[in-house]
Amino acid sequence: MIELQNISKVFNKGKVNEVIALNDISLTINKEDFVVLVGANGSGKTTLLNIIAGAEMSTNGKILITNTDVTRLPEYKRSQWIARVFQNPLSGTADELSILDNFRLAAIRTTKKKLRLGINEAFKKRVREQIASLGMGLENKLEQAMGTLSGGQRQALTLLMSVMDNSQILLLDEPTAALDPRSASLILETADNLIKQYNLTAVLITHNLKEAQQYGNRLIQMNEGKIRRDLQNAEKKSLQLQEMFEWFN
Amino acid sequence: MEFYLTALILGLCLSAMSLGIFISMKIFKIPDITTDGSYTLGAVITAILLTAHWNASAIIPMVLIAGAMAGTLTGLIHTRLKIDALLAGILVMTGLYSINLTILGRSNVPLLDVQTIFSSLHLFTASIYNDATIALLFILIITFLVGYILRTDFGIAMRATGNSASMTRALGINNNKMKIVGLAIANSLTALSGYLVAQYQNFTDINMGIGIVITGLGSVLIGEALIKWWNIRSIMSQLTVVVCGSILFQLVLAFTLSIGIDPNMLKLVTASFVLVIVIIPRLKKHD
Repeated sequence: MIELQNISKVFNKGKVNEVIALNDISLTINKEDFVVLVGANGSGKTTLLNIIAGAEMSTNGKILITNTDVTRLPEYKRSQWIARVFQNPLSGTADELSILDNFRLAAIRTTKKKLRLGINEAFKKRVREQIASLGMGLENKLEQAMGTLSGGQRQALTLLMSVMDNSQILLLDEPTAALDPRSASLILETADNLIKQYNLTAVLITHNLKEAQQYGNRLIQMNEGKIRRDLQNAEKKSLQLQEMFEWFN
Repeated sequence: MEFYLTALILGLCLSAMSLGIFISMKIFKIPDITTDGSYTLGAVITAILLTAHWNASAIIPMVLIAGAMAGTLTGLIHTRLKIDALLAGILVMTGLYSINLTILGRSNVPLLDVQTIFSSLHLFTASIYNDATIALLFILIITFLVGYILRTDFGIAMRATGNSASMTRALGINNNKMKIVGLAIANSLTALSGYLVAQYQNFTDINMGIGIVITGLGSVLIGEALIKWWNIRSIMSQLTVVVCGSILFQLVLAFTLSIGIDPNMLKLVTASFVLVIVIIPRLKKHD
């Protein structure tokens, strides 16, 4: 599904403040894999996610998505495969637009934005049903501006927006970092359900080792721009929390 | 009464520009100074084609295209050459002065013996009511069209671009392309105001656009204050309020003149009025 071949990323190359964020990373993420990325700050997790999404271009290497070379494709073109949930709940939605407008854009992610009125009764019904599944009582507030909602509510809606169109990959960059424990738990449960329901391939970055242990079928630890550990299925399941803590010592 | 009716017609004529500034400033968050040049460009093309005996309606597409080209140029300089939007607008506006002067051939062209859009209606005996009806119908159509565009899938994408660039990129929107299209539409509308005003005042002057962006800005700020005050969510209502802002702005200026202020001080009064509109909400916040 996603293939990274010898990916490197160097910031400020040739200058005194040169930083090697990713160092010759090769990684294959299979279809319907749910990969959890952990690592200390500055280990290259977010850079890796940005390079997969196309928000950053790699210095060297090649990226394939469903066997298509996307190495030089900008982020907006890669969105035909990839949906994102950002660390900042404000980044994934447009606060001045209504909930309905935000969902309309998500629903036409992979298609051309035409001069036609796309918000009709059928569309409203579809969005209402989707939002009702969250149990947050937002289904009757479709005309409300996104900016009036809390961070947790916006993050939950961003998750739902990611499955409004035909996206196959979901990238979650610390989606619970800015949320209270209750909202964080709801967001991750929703994400896990959606990943299973829509057979998505997902990558989740988290600093919460309990979450890393609980979710996904694959766990990757990054350190200084390299992959240190890559545990899958049974190996991941048998992993103890204490063992993970020791990785960071 | 006729004095204020004239101000109302002028407000209607300038409201197309206010809608343009609403798109560039409020939707895309771009301070677009191209306005001064594209407004005159619309008036210049109108004068040249009217004196060449073109039908006033046939001039509209030419004015829209010319305005769109000016906006596209600003957009390209800003997005492709990575130059600040403000500077890009100033550069295009400055360049347009020479282009406008070259097209016009001289600094002022009177439009006295030509058939304008305002001479096409004879519903009332007093011509001022005919002028008001034409201007009102014209702006109603423009407001409806702009409102329709902004409610379409394309329009929602436009509105989101200025609001959350990270979100729109992730949702498959080419932000740079959107900005270029947005500036093209904004400057088309501005040129349309030049088209209307030139015909209403029966002349085109090379300097008529100097400082006009302030008038548009003031109208949008009045509109924005009312939008916030009444918590208006519908995009069509927001555009209508911006048109009202444009009319209100002209009425205030007319009132200023009527109390005996020297017409030479009109630009200073305009700038001061806009300053007051900007300051009032900020003073309230400090309370």
